[in-house]
Amino acid sequence: MKKIEAIIKPFKLDDLKEGLGELGITGMTISEVKGFGRQKGHTEIYRGAEYVVDFIPKIKVETVVKTEMVDMVIEKILSSVQTGSIGDGKIFVTPIDKVCRIRTGETDEDAI
Amino acid sequence: MKKTAWALALLLIIPTIAFGGEEVIEITSTTNKEAIDLLQTNLNYVWTLIAACLVFFMQAGFAMVESGFTRAKSAVNIMMKNLMDFSMGSVAFWAVGFAIMFGTNKTGWFGTDGFFLSGWGGPDSDPWVLAFWMFQCVFAATAATIVSGAMAERTKFTGYLVYSFMVCAFIYPVFGSWAWGSLLNGSGWLEGMGFIDFAGSTVVHSIGGWAALAGAIVLGPRLGKYGKKGEVRAIPGHNIPMAAIGVFILWLGWFGFNPGSTTTGDSSIAMIFVTTNLSAACGAIFAMFTSWLMFKKPDIGMSLNGALAGLVGITAGCANVSPTSATIIGAVSGILVVISVVVIDRMHIDDPVGAVSVHGVCGAWGTLAAGLFNMGGPTIKILTTQLIGIGAAFVWSFGVAFILFKIIDMTIGLRISKEDELMGVDVTEHGTHAYNDFQTIN
Repeated sequence: MKKIEAIIKPFKLDDLKEGLGELGITGMTISEVKGFGRQKGHTEIYRGAEYVVDFIPKIKVETVVKTEMVDMVIEKILSSVQTGSIGDGKIFVTPIDKVCRIRTGETDEDAI
Repeated sequence: MKKTAWALALLLIIPTIAFGGEEVIEITSTTNKEAIDLLQTNLNYVWTLIAACLVFFMQAGFAMVESGFTRAKSAVNIMMKNLMDFSMGSVAFWAVGFAIMFGTNKTGWFGTDGFFLSGWGGPDSDPWVLAFWMFQCVFAATAATIVSGAMAERTKFTGYLVYSFMVCAFIYPVFGSWAWGSLLNGSGWLEGMGFIDFAGSTVVHSIGGWAALAGAIVLGPRLGKYGKKGEVRAIPGHNIPMAAIGVFILWLGWFGFNPGSTTTGDSSIAMIFVTTNLSAACGAIFAMFTSWLMFKKPDIGMSLNGALAGLVGITAGCANVSPTSATIIGAVSGILVVISVVVIDRMHIDDPVGAVSVHGVCGAWGTLAAGLFNMGGPTIKILTTQLIGIGAAFVWSFGVAFILFKIIDMTIGLRISKEDELMGVDVTEHGTHAYNDFQTIN
């Protein structure tokens, strides 16, 4: 099992949710985060004082899937979310040791 | 015939029963005049007290503006300060301030009787002193609450309470007695010279603004406001819509502040409504354009401050300048406030809401403008008197407030510690958050 972490532009969340739904992905967790990569910040002005906003608001989507599905999921995320402009985000894949469904006690692949 | 007779009898009996046994008041021109005068007096009471309600509501406006322009972690503290400014101010003005400002004033420098509203003779006596006190009380509280914005986010609450009481008990009323004492039982040296300040550009706003300046200087800037190389860093407010609502409430309240100062229910209030509104509008417009030119984008904070600047600027002359003059006074206020905010920031005096610029600087401008645009003609004497009043207000308010803040700083302490400031003054001074369900990142 692998965890897929996708950091995406906030307005792309609905597209991503629909795309993953098409693959049969039934669960995910999102958080509101801020970040930057090679996309630099921009300057804003408040009462005559300039300030640099480095951290841009993003959404982080986490979902745990069967190892065989990873490439398909990455492909789907790219096609749903990619805009081609700077700041599209990144996808990270990490191994998962164990999963457990709290309601029933099912573990591992039965739980995702 | 019978029905008519009965109707006639009834018509005659009823008034006789109703008025039977009462004095018959002869209708003469004298009694008629007395009745009309009584009606006018009652109207004066009603107008003055409605205006007092509008000015009271400005406290909500100040609270919204100050909170909107500061961070979420200071919102509880700002609300407490605003609540106490009005509450302690009311008590201070009742106990001491009103007597100093409007009591019998033999020297021309301060009043000496009327403490604890002793000027009221009890329930069977003339209640005008009560209505007048109420109206003046909300004005005093306005001067006090101007300061809380400039001292936001880093002031020790106990220190602030001491100051708040002293403003309405002493600083505000003493200067007020010089300019407005004769509105009741007093008589001041400044008004004796013909000083024009109809609703208080100087008496209320500059007094508040210069005390705010003293507070901001004694306190020092918020942590991180000015960088190591001396650059000015932005600390953005947490709720711009809140600040905007605050400005609208203040604008509404000012329709009590300026026209209410007639304390008379007559048609003279019409022109005052107009001058007030036009000055506010031009203040907002010209502040917006000035900020647009200076910062390449029209700035909401500056535009909001501009409306307030226009209101402060017209407060002195609202009854003796024309509507056209009011547009110019407002426009200059709008330009002045933007420049003033930038200059004060460059001097490394941290004023989170622009209180010094809006109330101090534009209060002085408004007082001068009342002389310059006087419909009877600006004379050298008038202009000199205005300048003397402006100067006296600065020396008195800034001087006394500075000394007071220094004393507070050296005794109970005026500024919170560095660690407390990083945690947030809400938690350290009041043990709670303003937005308990929200995660605020700072």
